[in-house]
Amino acid sequence: MADFIVSLLTGLSSAAAMFLVASGLSIIFGVTRIVNFAHGSFYMLGAYIGYTLVQAIGSTGIGFWAAVLIAAVAVGLIGVVMEILLLRRIYKAPELFQLIATFGVILVIQDVTLWVWGPEDLVGPQAPGLKGAVFILGKPLPEYDLALIAISPLVLLGLWALFKLTRWGTLVRAATQDRQMVAALGVNQRWLFTGVLFLGSALAGLGGAVQIPKGGADLLMDFNILAAAFVVVVVGGMGSIFGAFWAALLFGILQTFGIQILPNSTLVLMFLVMAVVLIFRPWGLLGIPESVLQIPSGPPERPLRPALPRVRALAGAACAVLLALPIVHLVFPEVVGTFTLVLVIEIMVFVLFAAALHFIMGPGGMVSFGHAAYFGGGAYAAALLVKFADAPFELAFWAAPVGGALLAFLFGWFCVRLSGVYFAMLTLAFAQIAWAFVFQDMPGSVLKTFGIADEYGAPLKITGGDDGLNDIWPSQWASARVSYYYITVGLSVAALWIMRRILYAPFGYTLRAGRDSPLRAAAIGIDLTRHRWLAFAISGAFTGLAGSLFLFSKGSIFPTTLEIARSFDALLMVLLGGVQSLFGPIFGAAALTWLNDLFSVLSYWRFLLGVTIIALVLLLPQGLAGFAGTRLGRRLRLARPEEMAT
Amino acid sequence: MSAAPHERAPVLEVESLSKAFGGVQAVERVSFTLSSSELLAMIGPNGAGKTTCFNMLNGQLRPDAGAVRLNGRSILGLRPQSIWRLGVGRTFQITATFVSMTVRENVQMALINYHRRSRALWRPAKNHYIDEAMTLLERVGMDRQYDRACGVLAYGDLKRVELAIALANDPKLLLMDEPTAGMAPRERMELMQLTAEIVHERGIAVLFTEHDMDVVFAHADRIMVLDRGELISEGPPMAVRSNKKVQEIYLGSGAAHGVEIS
Repeated sequence: MADFIVSLLTGLSSAAAMFLVASGLSIIFGVTRIVNFAHGSFYMLGAYIGYTLVQAIGSTGIGFWAAVLIAAVAVGLIGVVMEILLLRRIYKAPELFQLIATFGVILVIQDVTLWVWGPEDLVGPQAPGLKGAVFILGKPLPEYDLALIAISPLVLLGLWALFKLTRWGTLVRAATQDRQMVAALGVNQRWLFTGVLFLGSALAGLGGAVQIPKGGADLLMDFNILAAAFVVVVVGGMGSIFGAFWAALLFGILQTFGIQILPNSTLVLMFLVMAVVLIFRPWGLLGIPESVLQIPSGPPERPLRPALPRVRALAGAACAVLLALPIVHLVFPEVVGTFTLVLVIEIMVFVLFAAALHFIMGPGGMVSFGHAAYFGGGAYAAALLVKFADAPFELAFWAAPVGGALLAFLFGWFCVRLSGVYFAMLTLAFAQIAWAFVFQDMPGSVLKTFGIADEYGAPLKITGGDDGLNDIWPSQWASARVSYYYITVGLSVAALWIMRRILYAPFGYTLRAGRDSPLRAAAIGIDLTRHRWLAFAISGAFTGLAGSLFLFSKGSIFPTTLEIARSFDALLMVLLGGVQSLFGPIFGAAALTWLNDLFSVLSYWRFLLGVTIIALVLLLPQGLAGFAGTRLGRRLRLARPEEMAT
Repeated sequence: MSAAPHERAPVLEVESLSKAFGGVQAVERVSFTLSSSELLAMIGPNGAGKTTCFNMLNGQLRPDAGAVRLNGRSILGLRPQSIWRLGVGRTFQITATFVSMTVRENVQMALINYHRRSRALWRPAKNHYIDEAMTLLERVGMDRQYDRACGVLAYGDLKRVELAIALANDPKLLLMDEPTAGMAPRERMELMQLTAEIVHERGIAVLFTEHDMDVVFAHADRIMVLDRGELISEGPPMAVRSNKKVQEIYLGSGAAHGVEIS
């Protein structure tokens, strides 16, 4: 009993940081509709800045709490700087474009933090006056935990008072419900947004600073909290502070008890709960129906036209170069080295991956945050077939697209009923579940419960967990570098062409129709859910194909191919390339893969990559493919005269 | 000319249609019929139950009680898609078109779906049903702008495009929610004139709601008046205009609105 109560209280105390970060995220999204990926970085900055300040002035109780508050304000100001210098310039870009900008900020902050505070984890000092423990039925509970338990309701009360009792708070609530109406009433949106960014970022900073005595500061905490915060916000209901509060409590407790059941996958437990909540309550526990929370899109997409002669010629030339590269390599190895071929194989794999994601994301308006599930899932299907059925390469290779399609078919059934951010989060949840399935080698555990185990009674290694599956190579005829190069280029170009055909065909148009106006689509008798489901499965098939090409080019596969970072890579490629153009994902994937490769040998490569991404975002708010619509692009006859860049 | 509208077999028969939300009776035992080539206006103050009626007729809402028959066949409980396929078209108060498509592609989408080709994966969409789409666009006077993006059209032109889209499933019955909302007075009359012509050519039955009484009295063959969910008057425009109850609702009788009129 005592254990239970202490565990419960520990759970409540660990909810504090989650609630603070999640409420900030929720407020920022509610008003600006920006999915702020940098929010986890603000949390991390809060911890680091707080650490330094506590070292300097935190020897007394007052000094400690002053340091925490100053850290929060400092992080709030950093949020303001981001809003003024970056976000303000791209509010009118197509939907979710701001997301890449905030991703660039993550990279920059990671390296700046590394540079300022060094790579070692910092162990947080204890809070003066709260160093002891209280005993509950004989079990110790740190005093600081009690302080943390008190903080969430206090902040909740403060936020409630701010939103209910002040004019500014009223405006924030109004803007959360109807932004255009607030603008029409003559409210200066700029300062409203800036203020909201300050408040939201400061809350994240506060969350980071208050948890130093418990968790200290480290360089991984930005991504760790980001996933948790998104889950809390979505389960609570986007835009609902009270929802975030209850969800944070729920997950705090869940984590404490979950550790006892599933030691290294409490995050998966959260995603599992989120998937269940979203299936039964598509708008979260206290959320508002999605119609109100549609992510606004920028200027409407232009009608699809056949490619211009100049564009066709360029595409043809690009294909010719791709086909000629290995020949140049064989004749002049010093001009085109093996390394170039490897890089091109990698680029083509990710071009295909990004194009498959764009297939549903651009024309379908379905933004998947978890497409790595079908990339890695497909690859694992092929690898398992090789490992356990001794399948030949020629057969196993196709297991990946089939596996990707089936997995997408299964997950898609739940996801396509949702839209906007909720769709994104459910896809992310399923991807995390798939990741855990592979990472924890669940098939092995399941077999063990049926009495099937190795000679020592330990679970059989099926997916291999962390070690992955190794030594999976193509057949003799395909394994030479040049042969595999041609397989990759041939299949990915063919796949791109097929997807393009589908998008120009009635099916692709039906997807666009559903994205443009669900109301009208229903009125002309379109069963949108079915079309979206089918599109999701098709996308899964092509993503799986990319996974297969990836697998056999590396010869091994690890759980990292299914992780969040991989999904986000694909997302960034599509957004950076330009979601409104069918060429976008090609440019985005090629550019990011190439940049990654170029910078990866440098120290502080994240900083460089982040700055490059931010610069591209500011220069080309329509994505890289938007270059065609610029004045220069039109002069080069890459776009029709009427296709003005806006 | 054939027989007058009311002498033909009705296209739409509605009997004792009722719907309550919570404790509020939104529509209460509304009955009426509608014949081909007939324009029936449904008017009434806000909250009278007009939109609820529409939503029940096209399958978006399930009535609590009552019967709805299209050409003698019950359509109660069918999904909106099925009802659309049987020939019930709908237009919206606020325009809803596919902004990333051209004018002609918008109409082609409706045709493609009507012919059940929406899952075709290969032949480009813009090569489907070109002639049919152009014929419809010609009829509403939008053929010369066929290649413009719907996202850049003037409001009145969008309304015409919507009319062409609504004709793509060869409708027997058109439900038009405030067809002229947001338009300039002259445009309103032109659009309704065009609608009336097309309706008579094709023998379509039209049920429309409208706030502009000039439009209603100029174009409706018959008018029905709803108030708080109940049908309080129905008949030719002149008769409805002189009806006491209607005048009280629209002009105010001096009595408070909640007072029962007997």
